Amino acid sequence: MVAYTPVVAYPLRTFARTKPLQRDVAHLSDEALIALVARGEDDALAALYDRYGRVAYGLAVRVVRDPTLAEDAVQEAFLTVWRSSGRFVAERSKASSWILTIVHRRAVDVVRREERRRSEPLVQPPAPPELTDDAAWLRLERERVQTALKSLPDAQREALELAYYGGFTQSELADRLGQPLGTIKSRMFAGLRQLRELLTVQASEKDPWDKSRSTR
Amino acid sequence: MGQEPIHEMTAAYALNALDETERREYEQHLAGCRSCREELPALVEAANSLAYATPAPEPPRELRARILEQARLERSTVVPLRSRRLVRGALTTGALAAAAAVALAIWASSLRSSLDDTRSALERREQVVAVLSDPESRQVVLAGADGRLVVAPSGRATLVASLPRPPEGRTYQAWVQTGGTARSAGVFEPSEGRAIFRLEQPVLRGSVVMVTLEADGGVPAPTGQFLVRARA
Repeated sequence: MVAYTPVVAYPLRTFARTKPLQRDVAHLSDEALIALVARGEDDALAALYDRYGRVAYGLAVRVVRDPTLAEDAVQEAFLTVWRSSGRFVAERSKASSWILTIVHRRAVDVVRREERRRSEPLVQPPAPPELTDDAAWLRLERERVQTALKSLPDAQREALELAYYGGFTQSELADRLGQPLGTIKSRMFAGLRQLRELLTVQASEKDPWDKSRSTR
Repeated sequence: MGQEPIHEMTAAYALNALDETERREYEQHLAGCRSCREELPALVEAANSLAYATPAPEPPRELRARILEQARLERSTVVPLRSRRLVRGALTTGALAAAAAVALAIWASSLRSSLDDTRSALERREQVVAVLSDPESRQVVLAGADGRLVVAPSGRATLVASLPRPPEGRTYQAWVQTGGTARSAGVFEPSEGRAIFRLEQPVLRGSVVMVTLEADGGVPAPTGQFLVRARA
């Protein structure tokens, strides 16, 4: 078939085939990228970073409250992805979730070592101007999760936020909030389940909207 | 509400809100609790959705370059630590440029040694969670000690056992016996009376997993008596 391809197209195609990983990985699924990372393909790692580096960095900054420490946490997390991607089990979790779990653990490990951390009040840096598609998508996603979070009972939301962003253990939370440990466990459990419900419902409601939009 | 406290810890675990002791306790529970293993992925995903609820400033450009540079460096130096499958892949890419790689490996390993404790602990945790949180995993009750062997369909296996601290100068060593030959699956130390250890050999159906006490550092073939046995 190639033999009948117009002459001009032929060299282009050949060129594309000689360096497939330079360009093609950006279209692969997260799971496929992780499989390539497990084979030592650094382009695939770069593509994963391009997808999740920004969320990862935002999360790390929020947890460790220091841009330099946040960079370290993100770097270590992606290198952990690089080293342990062979153990990722696609059927058990989404790749994005796996990566963010690693980032979060890194950040929390840092913050638990640094005792200066969590007595400080939460300071939100002003949101930067959002010019790219990527930034716009992240902003929508942020609004979606924040809306879900706001509809949780205050006590549950507080427990989730302090645990996830503050890096507090459940026992530290019980102390800080002056509640029995059992209460804290129940709040986190109920809160997380509820959040899951809310986000799942939103996602399934969003589908018809997406379809009607794409047919326009 | 009507939940056993340990089940509710699935949320704290997903939020990474357990201390080391609690985490080990929960992981041991997870190994034997199918309903927790089924619930965990959804809660982990819900927990990680919180990452999106916070502003995402653009990370510094150099960060990307640093990560990729370090990854490439590790690919050419840390190869012997990886699994055979990966070693073979790396060899065919010609990454082992003999002398230079050896020199780099020595440098890199000295650089890394201070980080190794935290890093390997974290990676071990990742591996264990991967096997324990897999609802398809099979479990075999151990003979000789309290505990279980959890085997994922891929053959990755984690040993969860109550074992006392070994005598001075001795270490526990795991073995996988398939068709008459016992191959070392690595040495391990229990902590606070418990061992959660990811075997360094795949465990096929019908293989026997055993644990012996050996000289520190481990030995090429088992010499001690079999303290723990499990037929996978």
